[in-house]
Amino acid sequence: MPVTLPNLSRRAFGRLALASSVAAVGAAWSSERSYAAAPKGEPIKVGILHSLSGTMAISETTLKDVMLMLIAEQNRKGGLLGRPLEAVVVDPASNWPLFAEKARQLLSVDKVSAVFGCWTSVSRKSVLPVFEELNGILFYPVQYEAQECSRNIFYTGAAPNQQAIPAVDYLLSEDGGGAKRFALVGTDYVYPRTTNQILVNYLKSKGIADEDIMVNYTPFGQSDWQTIVSQIKAFGSAGKKTAVVSTINGDANVPFYKELGNQGISSTDIPVMAFSVGEEELAGMDTKPLVGQLAAWNYFESIDTPANEAFIKQWHEFTKNPKRTTNDPMEAHYIGFNMWVQAVTKAGTTDHDKVIDAMIGIRQPNLTGGVAEMLPDHHLTKPVYIGEIQDDGQFSVVWKTPALVPGQAWSPWVPETKDLIGDWSQPIACGNYNTVTKTCIGKKHA
Amino acid sequence: MRKAGWLSGVMAALVMGAAIVFSPLAHADEFDALASGHFEDMAGAIATLAASGNPQAVPVLHALEEHQLFASSQGGLFIRQGENYVDARTGQPVSATPPDLHPMRLNNRVRKALAGAQAEMELVAPQRDVRLKAATALYGRHDPALLPAIDHALSVEKDSGVRVKLEEARAATILGQAPVEGAQSQRLEAVHTLAGVGGLEARGILASVAAASVEAPDVRKAASEGVSAIDWHLRMWSVFQNAFYGLSYGSVLLLAATGLAITFGVMGVINMAHGEMMMIGAYTTWMVQQGIRATAPMLEPVSILLAIPVAFLVCGTIGVVIERGLIRFLYGRPLETLLATWGLSLILQQAVRSIFGPTNLAVETPLWLSGSFALGGMDITLNRLAIFIFAGLVLGGLMLVLRRTPLGLQMRAVTQNRRMAALMGIRTPRVDALAFGLGAGLAGLAGVAVSQIDNVSPNLGQSYIIDSFMVVVFGGVGNLWGTLAAAMALGMGGKILEPTIGAVSAKIAILVLVILYIQRHPRGMFPVRGRGVES
Repeated sequence: MPVTLPNLSRRAFGRLALASSVAAVGAAWSSERSYAAAPKGEPIKVGILHSLSGTMAISETTLKDVMLMLIAEQNRKGGLLGRPLEAVVVDPASNWPLFAEKARQLLSVDKVSAVFGCWTSVSRKSVLPVFEELNGILFYPVQYEAQECSRNIFYTGAAPNQQAIPAVDYLLSEDGGGAKRFALVGTDYVYPRTTNQILVNYLKSKGIADEDIMVNYTPFGQSDWQTIVSQIKAFGSAGKKTAVVSTINGDANVPFYKELGNQGISSTDIPVMAFSVGEEELAGMDTKPLVGQLAAWNYFESIDTPANEAFIKQWHEFTKNPKRTTNDPMEAHYIGFNMWVQAVTKAGTTDHDKVIDAMIGIRQPNLTGGVAEMLPDHHLTKPVYIGEIQDDGQFSVVWKTPALVPGQAWSPWVPETKDLIGDWSQPIACGNYNTVTKTCIGKKHA
Repeated sequence: MRKAGWLSGVMAALVMGAAIVFSPLAHADEFDALASGHFEDMAGAIATLAASGNPQAVPVLHALEEHQLFASSQGGLFIRQGENYVDARTGQPVSATPPDLHPMRLNNRVRKALAGAQAEMELVAPQRDVRLKAATALYGRHDPALLPAIDHALSVEKDSGVRVKLEEARAATILGQAPVEGAQSQRLEAVHTLAGVGGLEARGILASVAAASVEAPDVRKAASEGVSAIDWHLRMWSVFQNAFYGLSYGSVLLLAATGLAITFGVMGVINMAHGEMMMIGAYTTWMVQQGIRATAPMLEPVSILLAIPVAFLVCGTIGVVIERGLIRFLYGRPLETLLATWGLSLILQQAVRSIFGPTNLAVETPLWLSGSFALGGMDITLNRLAIFIFAGLVLGGLMLVLRRTPLGLQMRAVTQNRRMAALMGIRTPRVDALAFGLGAGLAGLAGVAVSQIDNVSPNLGQSYIIDSFMVVVFGGVGNLWGTLAAAMALGMGGKILEPTIGAVSAKIAILVLVILYIQRHPRGMFPVRGRGVES
């Protein structure tokens, strides 16, 4: 091994020099580590398709790092099928068409065995045809609006029934304040619009009247929230307990919460339940005025389990920064990656079709004490937690679903999709099977 | 049990920390209930404890609020005081640190109970300010259980200011009760009191009274009259409120655009890296804040003021370097300038991302800049007001520089006729560099201001660059008054449209209106003659 080591490293480095400089540094680091311990043999390549520049870099860079950590860890444990793993990092630069190009490059030039990537729904929609055409495997780690079920994608984030619906249940409950009036505030794109459509139907089924639901959309990067916050305040003065459900995305959250604080809306008056605010986002905020505001996730850094403690410790060591936070999509990658490792081991090959079939039914302990199972519709079973923001920038869990919630690809609260299910196991093997007419709609996923 | 069955099932599954007991069983006393960690029981225990007159109530509730209350797995409850622990029941110090301590957590329900209990206890505090604050807090709570406490406080209260607040709190509390036989006149009186108070809180209470079918007809009628009176009042004030929002949004636009008004408006340089100068200004604010926290913590509240000159100098210097190193080779070639500065903006963004990381940084807002105060029926947020004043000062200062200083004179001379100015002995390259530095420095000042309301992230500049160009072009290139008028017009326009047609459509409508206007008046609202963009 000492003889081949410098040789391989140089080859790996030469290839990676083509990639962007940032990516190259990260990947070279990981491959250097991996070759030090892993067995010989042709490496199994794993694609990482996360934006390292542009607006989404704020969220996605962390996921690239966590993937490098997981791959290095797997190599230390002896690689996969006796072969080392090699990360191929590309930078789609928050540019949606570029996501498709980079995905094509990963699948047809680098011939990766699996890809871990994407954050926004639009980036996933952009790469979906590429993965279906070239029969690739994508692990998508972010909570999303669902209404999609591709054979080539494994959705390791939450579907709406694993985040939005339990969160609203909590707000309706006595502990959540028994809200009777809801302001659904979101950024204007597909995830908030679909989620809100599902929530409006769900709230109506719970007896909430039309006039007690307010829906408001804002452009990406909205920075002036004065009027909207004062509208929420006025909406909350109808004599009924009011709650806000926020699907506001990314950068717009900081000015939104700052405005809430400045206009004196506290969590005990009008609680705000957020679906896109995690530990990472809180790290950029002064959390004192936000104490008690809520978020719904399937993972919180503050959850006290041995597995989570070990994961956080490993993360701090890997990033050499004891303050780096962990978050929900990172756990999703942790689960997804380990499931893929199990499936490849079970199939005994990295052949895409065999791995896709082997994935269904794989069980992998999550970081919070439960077990995630890959369901036939390529979604996971997940626990749902409601956390309240604390003044130290962490969430404290105040509520949890009694059992693991299985993900639903198609929402029963949307009239067009209420009869659909996804089931990629035999004999149905269909992403959009109509349980009433017993037919598969086929090549149409959204 | 008030809860539905499914809910207690859910509660039973609640996981929090290591050792928490989930028994909805009766507890021996309120300390036991508090130590249970069961939120519903905790909220009940807090109310009982506050009403009990137990001398331990004040320290225990205070400790709970400050995260200094700990429970042991044996059910003991302890208050941490520095390194030592005190038994919460007795107030006696414990000799050894009890084993298996875990801090008591709060949720909104407990927090609400806590705030109410503290207000209840503080109603009879010796200090007037404390009583006033407590009475005001109880007004927002309207919990029927607190009525005896309020009545007692009213019977002993001498101060008229506190009495007014107590009467209001009493009216709100009475209406929070279910109506009973014979209490009609009392409720009617309460409705009138609240209608007189006005505001959103009163509107909320009155609206629920007006909608309640169990209420007596004349009470409901009075309540709905109260609601319409308050609504009318609020609508009237909302005009002013929207005007304030418009002015404050306009002043952010103005701050972002003044620097560009110099580099683009006066010098004619299309500087796509203008937003990144703002971003660097915001990062400078963060660094100044961190530096002060590390070296001189007592100056922390004014760190934002100290950041103003630092950000100006840092960004100004960078601006001079950019002009000398890049822009001066590209004068008269707008397309190349655009591409070069755009490339520069990408380099600066990625550089900041590599140095500071891609995540947001938290620039803290000092206490004197947070919160709001009421002016009539309006809510004036302090940080917005500060930015409004700051924008005015920056614009005024810039006017002074341009009109009253040799640099300003030289800049205007170079703008109007470069060759003539050069022949008169003005070193035009030096003036160019200083003017560009001034523009960049102004962007830095804008960065300090937006760090108070927006993200401090590498993308900060991106969200302002388009708006800044729009303001400068709309106002008339090269005219500061035009920039002011355009910023305020766009700010007001946006905020007037937003409540009626929504934020997304408002943004589109504004862009369409600006395009239509520019088509008819290509040189903006206040066109000027000069070297400008034309030559």
